[in-house]
Amino acid sequence: MLTVVKVMTVHQDDIEKLAELARVRIPAEEAAEVTARIATILGLVDQLQSVDTAAVEPMANPLDAVQRLRADAVTEANQREAFQAIAPAVENGLYLVPKVIE
Amino acid sequence: MNWEVVIGLEVHLQLATESKIFSGAATRFGAEPNTQACAVDLAMPGMLPVLNEQAVRYAVMFGLGIGAEIGLRSVFDRKNYFYPDLPKGYQISQFQEPIVGRGHFDIQLEDGSVRRIGITRAHLEEDAGKSLHEDFHDQTGIDLNRAGTPLLEIVSEPDLRSAEEAVAYLKTLHSLVTSLGISDGNMAEGSMRCDINLSLRPAGSETLGTRAEIKNVNSFRFVEKAIHHEVERQADILESGGKVVQETRLYDADRDETRSMRSKEVANDYRYFPEPDLLPVVIEQSWVDSIRASLPELPAARRERFIADYGLGAYDATVLAAERPLAEFYEAVAKGCGDAKIAANWVQVELLGQLNRNDLQLSESPVHAPALAVLLQRILDGSISGKIGKQVFEAMWAGEGDADSIIEARGLRQVSDSSALRAMVAEVIRDNPEQVQQYLAADEGRRKKLSGFFVGQIMKLSRGQANPQMVSNLLNEQLADAGKNGDT
Repeated sequence: MLTVVKVMTVHQDDIEKLAELARVRIPAEEAAEVTARIATILGLVDQLQSVDTAAVEPMANPLDAVQRLRADAVTEANQREAFQAIAPAVENGLYLVPKVIE
Repeated sequence: MNWEVVIGLEVHLQLATESKIFSGAATRFGAEPNTQACAVDLAMPGMLPVLNEQAVRYAVMFGLGIGAEIGLRSVFDRKNYFYPDLPKGYQISQFQEPIVGRGHFDIQLEDGSVRRIGITRAHLEEDAGKSLHEDFHDQTGIDLNRAGTPLLEIVSEPDLRSAEEAVAYLKTLHSLVTSLGISDGNMAEGSMRCDINLSLRPAGSETLGTRAEIKNVNSFRFVEKAIHHEVERQADILESGGKVVQETRLYDADRDETRSMRSKEVANDYRYFPEPDLLPVVIEQSWVDSIRASLPELPAARRERFIADYGLGAYDATVLAAERPLAEFYEAVAKGCGDAKIAANWVQVELLGQLNRNDLQLSESPVHAPALAVLLQRILDGSISGKIGKQVFEAMWAGEGDADSIIEARGLRQVSDSSALRAMVAEVIRDNPEQVQQYLAADEGRRKKLSGFFVGQIMKLSRGQANPQMVSNLLNEQLADAGKNGDT
């Protein structure tokens, strides 16, 4: 019924924080457009949140099923060589990544 | 200003499963890097988690052990953050519907007082891999063997008030989880890791102050030191009019200080949402009941039984009941020798003393429970004195054989032959006329003291083998005679 999507106030630093959390780079010239589009999405979320859900149990999964449990047994053999053959850099059995602390 | 310290602890406990929480890779500690990291642990595209039943069972056992409500329905969530030792970019954890709800257990402090500490919740999650920052030029080495190891995160209420209470809490928790057999509790190998939430407030205040969180403190001693340090740091800030910043700090054991983690390392915005790759976990009450029925005896109950059945004091009972292996050892000795109190004494003083001095685990003790029980029988039946018993124990420790053969080989059997003892007593009295005169001239109180000299001489003459009770009787007799003779 509601067709008007309210535009949320989203600031550019909110977008910068989101980008950092998601580890994506947003070029400066796109920042304004991204900000506007995310504001529209958040407006939609805002609209959804206006629905009274007090009597609705939160849904963890849409399937009407429960988790199956597996027996505690080691079923995986060592395949390090196969996995490391496709890794960009390995040394002494370790995967190497750019240094993450100073 | 008088500050009240408020502490809550979060303990990450590795569960003692064979395989990982969501994959069939092994969890053994100390394997070659990345040899226990399968496609699920590496987050290869398309891999799906399947929950390990044993991890769920262990979590339920813990919940029952602390009298908590068990979540018959629990849900896994994604906790999102980026770090190279977390290949998926999220950790599978439980947020709003944990498997273990509110519970509690009691801790005992050194002065004997008991405090009840609340547990807010405990939830299942997966461990991350390990990052090795040294040894690689401008690079970090990643070992994913630990990734996916099942963890139970146990969150306490902010009920702890000192470093001593925090350590007592951790020791009690350690004793509980090892007694349940759900974790090896090996802190040196990271099986039990602790985050400390600490704040100060003016004594008598009801509102909580701003807290700092100290991450990954991995020994009882470091927990104690980190708390002392952090209390001092926050008190300094507050007393100089400043404000404590809510932040995550690291304890640096080498420098004995806590320091702030850079904000980039923290980014406390995990954007939790339900894990779509796992369905809700629903367990039956009947399954919980069957686990309850098969729980082993827990330390608190064992402690009460030791007090009731063996007449032990609260302190002895706490020490001996804390860990299952020691409790079983003690009970075997107590039953084997027939005297629970002497057994308690010997296990705590001689056995634990030797183990500590030699830095050994109980399982490595060269003296086993039945052998110690035989030694104590020899003391109880008067074959040897307690003092000689210690010599025999040391010889047993050194691998010289069992108590009986050592007593025989070294000729240590206690002299209970009254004519032999009478002769020794007479000899000592004859050789020490001065002390005899002093004794006879002394009053009752001083006489007791002086008679110790004669007992010492007689024990020396018998090389410690004289039966002390008989010596004491014979000595009193002969000194009394000496007094009569002197009068005449």
